Amino acid sequence: MRKLTGAILATLLTTPVAFADPVDDTLVLNEETEIVTRTAAPDHLSDSLDEVMSGWLFRGKETRAMQADDFDNPGMIFVEQAMDSWNAVDGSEGKSCASCHDGLETMAGVKATYPKWDEAAGKVQTLQMQVNECRTERMGAEAWPYDKGNAINMEAALSSVSRGLPVNVAIDGPAKETWEQGKDMYYTRTGQLELSCANCHEDNYGNMIRADHLSQGQINGFPVYRLKNTKLNGSHSRFKGCIRDTRAETYKPGSPEFIALELYVTSRGNGLSVEGPSIRN
Amino acid sequence: MASGVKPRVKVPKSAAAGEAITIKTLISHKMESGQRKDSDGNIIPRSIINRFTCDFNGENVVDVELAPAISTNPYFEFEALVPEAGEFKFTWYDDDGSVYETSKKIAIG
Repeated sequence: MRKLTGAILATLLTTPVAFADPVDDTLVLNEETEIVTRTAAPDHLSDSLDEVMSGWLFRGKETRAMQADDFDNPGMIFVEQAMDSWNAVDGSEGKSCASCHDGLETMAGVKATYPKWDEAAGKVQTLQMQVNECRTERMGAEAWPYDKGNAINMEAALSSVSRGLPVNVAIDGPAKETWEQGKDMYYTRTGQLELSCANCHEDNYGNMIRADHLSQGQINGFPVYRLKNTKLNGSHSRFKGCIRDTRAETYKPGSPEFIALELYVTSRGNGLSVEGPSIRN
Repeated sequence: MASGVKPRVKVPKSAAAGEAITIKTLISHKMESGQRKDSDGNIIPRSIINRFTCDFNGENVVDVELAPAISTNPYFEFEALVPEAGEFKFTWYDDDGSVYETSKKIAIG
């Protein structure tokens, strides 16, 4: 008996401990839309990663299942709220989003290309900035505060109709300078803990960070419904949380720094499917 | 009335007679527990859905009492036997006296 126990113990000890590894699973939304959660890394990442993986693969079984059905996905409640604002007339021009764009489904593919260079504005714009440009310049309405209620709901709605399409942001041409700025930020150590984004999300994904699984920090699933705060969270708010956790002074959602970082981090997921609104912890 | 309350249900359009079907329901509701305080230290009054019922052709299927510790946007999934064609009626009761109702028809075949 003692011998047997010894053999079992030895097996246990030699089995690699791999609790935080990404799982081998396939995400199919509503039994019809297959989501690419794992694909070859884009060219610009070839020196550092072979494969890029959605954060979905780093979450538990229940959380993964919740995202597979729109009824179970609480993020879709906020998408429904955004549909109401899509059709609601607002501002001095008497227009709604639908007045120019018709149905929300005509916006399929839009989320996949943002953030992108805006010729008229002469800078890189995020999707929320583009929505606000429509509101202030064409509807005569007030801009929505960044990453808050209406703005994040609308981003989720625009994302929901692009789910399954590959993320494809341009990093060359006029956007290159902003992209380089974002890349610098990604690899620069900040805060009292002197951590860069790469220290966790490139060097240590698949390992534990205290009780949690470290993912690659991909943002193809944003906006994200987080179980911990039961609402939609924007990528800028998430960046802010991460930077705060390095014990650094952080930037504001919507700031030029976060726009650059969003462009760079999004480009790290070029090829993964748009997933938002996704579910994370 | 609590704001942003919207019931959602998912029921198959048809079932075989005597089949057990899965029903999913979710109501968006903030489910304020009554335990929290605002920034001035005042208690935020309790505001929850306190009861949920489902009836089929007038016969009760489930009747649930909800407590303050239940999280926001309460979700229920349960099975029901469908002996005949008819209508499921879902009702949520709010602390403030509001009653939210929705219904779904199901056919046999």
